[in-house]
Amino acid sequence: MALIRKDFRLELRTRESVPAMLLFSISTFVLFHFGLDRDALSGDLAAGVLWVTLLFAAVLGINRLFVSEREEGGFDGFLLAPVDRTSMLVAKATVLFTFLVVVELGVVPAFTLLLLDPPLWPALPELLVVLLLADAGIAVVGTLVAALAVQTRARELIGPLLTLPLLVPLLTAAAQATAPLFDEAGALPAPGSWLGVLGLYDVVFGLVAYAVFDFLLED
Amino acid sequence: MHTPSFGRGLRALSLLSVVLLIGAFSMVFFYAPNDADQGFIQKIFYVHVPVAIVALLGFIAGGIYGALYLWRGRRADDLRSYVAIHQAVILGVAALVTGSIWARASWGHWWVWDEPTLVSFLVVFLLFACYWPLRFSLEDPERQARFAAVFAVIAGAFVPINFMAVRLAQSYAPHPKVFMATGGGMPTSMFVTFLLCLLAVAVLAVTLWKYELTSKHATMRVRQLKRRLSADSSGTTVGRSAAPQQI
Repeated sequence: MALIRKDFRLELRTRESVPAMLLFSISTFVLFHFGLDRDALSGDLAAGVLWVTLLFAAVLGINRLFVSEREEGGFDGFLLAPVDRTSMLVAKATVLFTFLVVVELGVVPAFTLLLLDPPLWPALPELLVVLLLADAGIAVVGTLVAALAVQTRARELIGPLLTLPLLVPLLTAAAQATAPLFDEAGALPAPGSWLGVLGLYDVVFGLVAYAVFDFLLED
Repeated sequence: MHTPSFGRGLRALSLLSVVLLIGAFSMVFFYAPNDADQGFIQKIFYVHVPVAIVALLGFIAGGIYGALYLWRGRRADDLRSYVAIHQAVILGVAALVTGSIWARASWGHWWVWDEPTLVSFLVVFLLFACYWPLRFSLEDPERQARFAAVFAVIAGAFVPINFMAVRLAQSYAPHPKVFMATGGGMPTSMFVTFLLCLLAVAVLAVTLWKYELTSKHATMRVRQLKRRLSADSSGTTVGRSAAPQQI
């Protein structure tokens, strides 16, 4: 808990990650507008644009996740403290999850305003489910990759390089589940099998992270 | 200290893989019939499918050895994991290239996106290609081994998940499952040939794996001995490398 509080306080005081992720996402929407030369998107194109943007924004957050620990020697402090090492995983994943949720609170309205063609309201409840499931997956995988990359020399490279392929199944599932929600003819229900894949992804990588995270801290 | 002998049985294995490969290829060309629809080009499957299967197994083996390293802490397992992933990536290139040739001949395109097996293989391949940048950017050998093992475990778990997700995404795709599972629908002569090819490629991969292990191990020993001869006690003077440097 103290770890989570520390990270939130740090973010509140420096305002580093979340605003950057938000700004980055909105810039990406503008880029997509010009890149695709479309004023409004619907269906799987809308879902794809939203998810690719969120994924890249998440990569920014993932890259920053352990930077303060590394620069200020927080790892040593943590290892000296008499707590279970998994608590670091839980704390960091929670922090990343919260960051993502906060960013999405800004990104989804911005997306609706700037690019989305069909109205958002009918799709919202199911979209929330997809967002939360995907956020959990991104948080777990992101924490794992961030802890792996932060100790390497080329960490700004290694982080995104590892994150993106690992998140391909998540992107596939999330985009496929979101596409019918943004259908032009009105929101269709999200296919359950895709939500299942998202859930399975979360569970499997949650277990893997729980199994291997300790080894990333031991020094 | 645990000193593995990687070279044991290497000669027998080499002979076995040569015999198996010759046998398998002669069966491909002289025994198995030409495919009624696709003709001669279908024979590339006798290389493509075994290579792809063995590559995926190699990735998973890399993950298993990674887990073993984390569990037992023996450097030899790190080397085994490294070499397994190395071999699998090379086989992966072969699988992508042969698959591309077949796709070009059969579908008219070098690359087809609505083909789940192709796409998931590419994603797995890309992920494992990051193994070298990761290792290379870790200097401390102990940490390099540990982090690489963690990566191998994560990526090994990723293989089945990825295949499932991508396959679901394009359920309509017509991947030729000619050789999959029961060998449904193909004549026995083809299926037997395919099984022999799979066996030959698997044995070849294990042989190459052992060769690379032996070679890497010998290089390490030579370096150690040289260092002892020149009475250089300053420790490691080797340059940065992605490969494991000691056992």
